[in-house]
Amino acid sequence: MLTYIVRRVLYAIPILIGVNLLTFILFFVVNTPDDMARLHLGGKRVSPEMVAQWKAERGYDKPMVYNAQAAGINKLTDTIFYVNSVRLFAFQFGSSDDGRDIVQDIGQRMWPSLAIAVPAFVFGLMVNISFALLLAFFRATYVDTLGTVLCVVMMSVSGLFYIIAGQYMLSKLLRLVPISGYDTGWEAIKFILLPVAIGVVSGIGSGVRWYRTLFLEEMNKDYVRTARAKGLSEYLVLFRHILKNGMIPILTGAVVVIPLLFMGALITESFFGIPGLGSYTIDAINSQDFAIVRAMVFLGSLMYILGLILTDISYTLVDPRIRLQ
Amino acid sequence: MTRWPLGITPHNVTIAAWSLAPVALYFSCVAFYHLKPVWLWTDFLVYVLIASMTAFFVAARRRAHLREPLTRIIQNRTAMVCLVVLAAFTAIGVLDSVHFRQPAAGAAAAGQTDRYAPEVTSVLDALMGPQHMQMETTYSAPLSLVQYEKSTVERADGVHERVFPRLKFAGVGVAAGDAHTRDIVRRVVVGALSGLLATAAVAALFLAWYAYTQASPVRATFRRVLRGEGDVPWRAMWVTLLALCMIVGVVVALADGYHVFGTDKVGKDVLYKSVKSIRTGLIIGTLTTLVMLPFAVLLGILAGYLRGWVDDVIQYVYTTLSSIPGVLLIAASVLMLQTYIHIHPELFPTEAERADLRLLFLCIILGITSWTGLCRLIRGETMKLCEADFLLAARGFGAHPLAIMLRHILPNVMHIVLISVVLDFSGLVLAEAVLSYVGVGVDPSTYSWGNMINAARLEMAREPMVWWPLLSAFVFMFVLVLAANLFADVVRDAFDPRLKRR
Repeated sequence: MLTYIVRRVLYAIPILIGVNLLTFILFFVVNTPDDMARLHLGGKRVSPEMVAQWKAERGYDKPMVYNAQAAGINKLTDTIFYVNSVRLFAFQFGSSDDGRDIVQDIGQRMWPSLAIAVPAFVFGLMVNISFALLLAFFRATYVDTLGTVLCVVMMSVSGLFYIIAGQYMLSKLLRLVPISGYDTGWEAIKFILLPVAIGVVSGIGSGVRWYRTLFLEEMNKDYVRTARAKGLSEYLVLFRHILKNGMIPILTGAVVVIPLLFMGALITESFFGIPGLGSYTIDAINSQDFAIVRAMVFLGSLMYILGLILTDISYTLVDPRIRLQ
Repeated sequence: MTRWPLGITPHNVTIAAWSLAPVALYFSCVAFYHLKPVWLWTDFLVYVLIASMTAFFVAARRRAHLREPLTRIIQNRTAMVCLVVLAAFTAIGVLDSVHFRQPAAGAAAAGQTDRYAPEVTSVLDALMGPQHMQMETTYSAPLSLVQYEKSTVERADGVHERVFPRLKFAGVGVAAGDAHTRDIVRRVVVGALSGLLATAAVAALFLAWYAYTQASPVRATFRRVLRGEGDVPWRAMWVTLLALCMIVGVVVALADGYHVFGTDKVGKDVLYKSVKSIRTGLIIGTLTTLVMLPFAVLLGILAGYLRGWVDDVIQYVYTTLSSIPGVLLIAASVLMLQTYIHIHPELFPTEAERADLRLLFLCIILGITSWTGLCRLIRGETMKLCEADFLLAARGFGAHPLAIMLRHILPNVMHIVLISVVLDFSGLVLAEAVLSYVGVGVDPSTYSWGNMINAARLEMAREPMVWWPLLSAFVFMFVLVLAANLFADVVRDAFDPRLKRR
């Protein structure tokens, strides 16, 4: 088991290097720092001095990959590539355009993100599984047909609609919760409720439909027939056998998302004005703060790879038939 | 059986004639109205897409393993109803993909033939008439006669007054109150009736043709269709078409005198914006898969067939690409593109061309982030096929690897390609809205539902609320995506070999 994990972690390293190279090419080779400086300073009348100063402030005035003027090891380390790409591996993200330390910002902003993403994930899973089980129980009846059609209808509604409609109904008409904003401590709950509810509702369509197919697939298996044949009630078959076995693909499928919860929900956070990592990313995109975008790309792929490893491990934990070689 | 030289059968000649007819129509219109054709990149790709789809269906009719699932789709009522809706959207999208520049105002009178108006218009613009280009001053509610905001006007006697000013282009000559309501009701009735008549006319032509092909009397055929008998669900399709035609009729009749969905902040007709957005949505949904297909299919088959280091490299590439969160990769690429456009303005002479290239580039980026899933599926299927008997036989006969990949593997993974194209469509249409909201979507000057929703963010907070741009964008998007989702389910069920009827 341990060797397997070690090997998977080692396998992740070349992928992270690939991600880093790709972002480096995107951000520094396709468009040179000069181009970025001109875009940021705006307008066509940008003097070379201003460009040089902008680059110097951000350390973009160094050579790309090889610094011939520096001495010793600095030939390699005193370059844009080393400072902006290699150091990401050590979680040294540098500072954003307004001079704030990115690592510190991420440390602060991850908590609001998690406060919304984790409950939305947990409740979403619970709601989806319950509804899917209900539809599986009423399979091939009008309830099932109606439910599946409803799922497709809910899937076809844009996620933005749920957010806007939810804000309008609950906050503006009924005045149950504030429209947007955030607070520290327990006060935050009233700000969290609506985003979490919307996160759950917008996921119901695709989630329930997917889990329903999983449960129905499980229902056609031999052990279920055996359980029915020995006279177990439908209720027991559903909860003791089908639910338990159907949970295997559901849970392993959900594990891959867990690390990504940390990244926050882009749209939800910016709509509700929550100071999390999602809105951090969106703000960075809108203000074209490339240092933050680079850091988030790196973190995102790291989390995704972590999710993949966790998925493989969870397979072996829930399903003893799978052995790791 | 008669042998036809080079496969030129009467049937093929008929198909070719039918497909050449629109081209001929296009060129005669260009010559007649002295238009200057404008070929945008996405237009060109739309034509390629339509041509390849036609080619696919013509080819599929001859191949049993493709004809059988297609027949199953044709016999499915849900699929065919959705197909009618999708076809209506596609027709609008295609009409909106034929661009030209009209002769400049006064050019004809002055005898000049080479002066053209600066703006690029499409056939759809021409069909919708000039009233959609007329701008009000600011917001106005659907079918309203007056503006949304009060403004100060000077009366004849010199007194300044705060009133809701009348709209310039809505309900001209119609008094407020009862006359307004009567006018609307009259237009609704006229529109619905003309929709009914149009459907009846087309249905009569269809019935004559259908009776002819079935070699049965018209009256009996009509009764069969009315009872919903036969393999193809004609009745459901005609009911759908009737509903569509009546809705379109009502909307057209109303749009002639009013702003059916109101106007937006700068006074632009919201209906016009929503209809123009159809093309953007369709292009994002289809071209994205079209541009990524060659890579996904080629690399997937190569990895699955050759194995070894080729497989390792290809797997590495797609794992790396898929490990970057999609939105961030798209955002990074679009930011880079924006910088590029900003630095090199000389490469993009007109705004339309810039917006068009940005749309195309967005499709390519979306394609790059989403090809990995399809590539992985095709790799797995190829590996499975490599163990099949017919492939071993082909190898045993000493067939060239290239021939094996092209003639044996490619046709057998096409069902996966087809399923994923159809399944991805609705997700991509929805993704466009989100990306435009984030600010990394289509060009702000392009009409798109995402841009409309993005603009609506601030409108919700107004008092009284400006809800019409948002609602109309959502309704258009919802109808398209719902039809696509339902259709995709049937296509998947028909083509998925795991679901073969036992």
